[in-house]
Amino acid sequence: MTASEETVIAAGRGGQRYLQDLWRYRELFLFLAWRDLLVRYKQTVVGIGWSVIRPCLTMLILTVVFGRFGSMPSGGVPYPLLVLCGLLPWQFFATALSDSGNSLVSNSGLISKVYFPRLIIPAGGLITGLVDFLISLALLVALMIWYHWVPPATIALTPLFVLLAMAASFGAGAWAAALTVRYRDFRVIVPFVVQFGLYLSPVGFVSSVVPERYRLLYSLNPMVGVIDGFRWCILGGQHTLAWQSLVFSLVGALCLLLTGVWYFRGAERTFADVI
Amino acid sequence: MPDTVIDVAHLGKQYVIDHQRAKGDDLRHAIEAAVRAPFRWLRSPRGPARRQKEEFWALRDVSFSVKQGEAVGIIGRNGAGKSTLLKLLSRITEPTTGRIRYRGRVASLLEVGTGFHPELTGRENIFLNAAILGMRRSDIARRFDEIVAFSEVERFLDTPVKRYSSGMYVRLAFGVAAHLEPDILLVDEVLAVGDAAFQKKCLGKMGTVVQEGRTVLFVSHNMAAITALCSRALLIEGGRLEESGAPPSVIEEYLSRTRVHIGMPVSEREDRKGDGRLRFTNVSVLNNRMEVVDTVTSGQDISIALDYDIRDCEALHNAVVQIKFSGILGQPLFACLSRASHDGVLVLVPGARIQCTIPRLPLLPGIYTYSIWCTVSDTLEDLVLEAGKLSVVEGDYFGTGKLPPHQVGDFLVAHTWSVERKAL
Repeated sequence: MTASEETVIAAGRGGQRYLQDLWRYRELFLFLAWRDLLVRYKQTVVGIGWSVIRPCLTMLILTVVFGRFGSMPSGGVPYPLLVLCGLLPWQFFATALSDSGNSLVSNSGLISKVYFPRLIIPAGGLITGLVDFLISLALLVALMIWYHWVPPATIALTPLFVLLAMAASFGAGAWAAALTVRYRDFRVIVPFVVQFGLYLSPVGFVSSVVPERYRLLYSLNPMVGVIDGFRWCILGGQHTLAWQSLVFSLVGALCLLLTGVWYFRGAERTFADVI
Repeated sequence: MPDTVIDVAHLGKQYVIDHQRAKGDDLRHAIEAAVRAPFRWLRSPRGPARRQKEEFWALRDVSFSVKQGEAVGIIGRNGAGKSTLLKLLSRITEPTTGRIRYRGRVASLLEVGTGFHPELTGRENIFLNAAILGMRRSDIARRFDEIVAFSEVERFLDTPVKRYSSGMYVRLAFGVAAHLEPDILLVDEVLAVGDAAFQKKCLGKMGTVVQEGRTVLFVSHNMAAITALCSRALLIEGGRLEESGAPPSVIEEYLSRTRVHIGMPVSEREDRKGDGRLRFTNVSVLNNRMEVVDTVTSGQDISIALDYDIRDCEALHNAVVQIKFSGILGQPLFACLSRASHDGVLVLVPGARIQCTIPRLPLLPGIYTYSIWCTVSDTLEDLVLEAGKLSVVEGDYFGTGKLPPHQVGDFLVAHTWSVERKAL
């Protein structure tokens, strides 16, 4: 027999050794993420191509609406490139948020039949979003080649902003997932947030068009910091990064992450009973 | 020395049934409550706004312990709390009171094919399902061929399981589950799927798991499986642990509780059907000397005697009587139907009793029940379900002093063996 450790289950003691459990279930986490990826484009014709086609079409529309009709400033950058630099991190956030939000309910069979730290389910949504994001980067590279765009050295800092986007997505995803279990209203609310967010975040325009006095408040939306950061890293030039608004976005993302995990942990113990 | 691997103390699980839940638990009410919360102190604690809630203990004050290598069967009626107990043990939901302590790795098998994804292939689902049930990837890879061989789906490994027949699906799912190697295995009624041959294979596999010295907790309605596999049984009723002990005695206790009316005099039974010109008043089991007995042996000549009252008439001509025997789970076994086995109809006069004699009782040891009915000219006069109980103990049916084990069925059939040279 293996040198087996003792486990104690008692009311209100579920929180102990949670981190240890998360680590122990890392393989299951990877398996679930792998499953979600495999299933994502099964029985589709275009398959993984959708990860590129979707942002490509959205980029064209936003370019026409904001660049052509709206004649928004682009800071000396081809407008499609400007849009795509905002669109890719935004789409990562949106995919991760909607996938995580639905994840618990669509895995209700698992939740009512097997134990594992429930946090790995919405975390899986993060992975699918991330993979989609990495694939769609090909579109960005293609566009940079098309416009003969030489990125500044700051491009090396992009991963930091991906991390920031991950923190924000995971926080929002944890909130959405836990709330959806109890209140199915969030199945309607989350797509709504995602739809609105596209216009509230500086995806189709640069954040400098927002009046100066609202800028910091605006930056509380963590995706503002992420998108500004992306443009600063990849486009450089006139796309500078205001440090105050970055700090605000950082605070916004961390708040979202911490409160999201906190709420999720609290709701987790009754998932199996409520779902 | 075998030591305790599971220790459960005063375990309780309470659910709150909210009677307005259907409309009361939505977001609107949550927001409303949050807005009102700061002012809650203004209102009296028993204000009219309080919603009606009902508390329900699915499990209450359950304590037991299980030793290393024990196989424990958990029995009880539907809704008694068996599945809640397994859910608590497998950490799916948290207890309200009490605690559970266990040592080692636990795998819970509450459903066959948990987490199977219809779009994925058999191969992919093996890995996924095994990971969900707590196997490491290296273990899965090592046992992959065994799993495939057990589930007999080699040819369809790369087909999405949504194209599987339900039999293949179940075989694959059980194949994965059967190759888990946990220290403690929790199983909930999963053997009740698949065809007979596969069920037998699963039971055999469960037996091996037990023999390997793993600790198994097994919820089932299949009493034969519990008797065959388990060294101990727990009876749960109304959320409480009522009995613990050797499977046969706990099963008997369970059966005597679930069939409350067994043992109740037939004359006092109200749950009967029929026009009532004839009413059965008593049933008894007789031995071949026509003495009333409690238990009989396999192979003994027995009679079932039915006493009756007749109302409003002298005699009932054209009567047909049936005694139907059932197993412990209510599964029908055989029937003695007078119309089929007796020449002509029965004529029932007052002050007589009906006797049905069965020579060489062909039943294996166990507890059986019988239901009785009587029709007169095709009109149902009286029907009493499970009117009586028949306890059969071991007897010398074949004249060899031996009987086959009970797992193979309920019946004994006279037969002979020979080895003959082939005529050519």
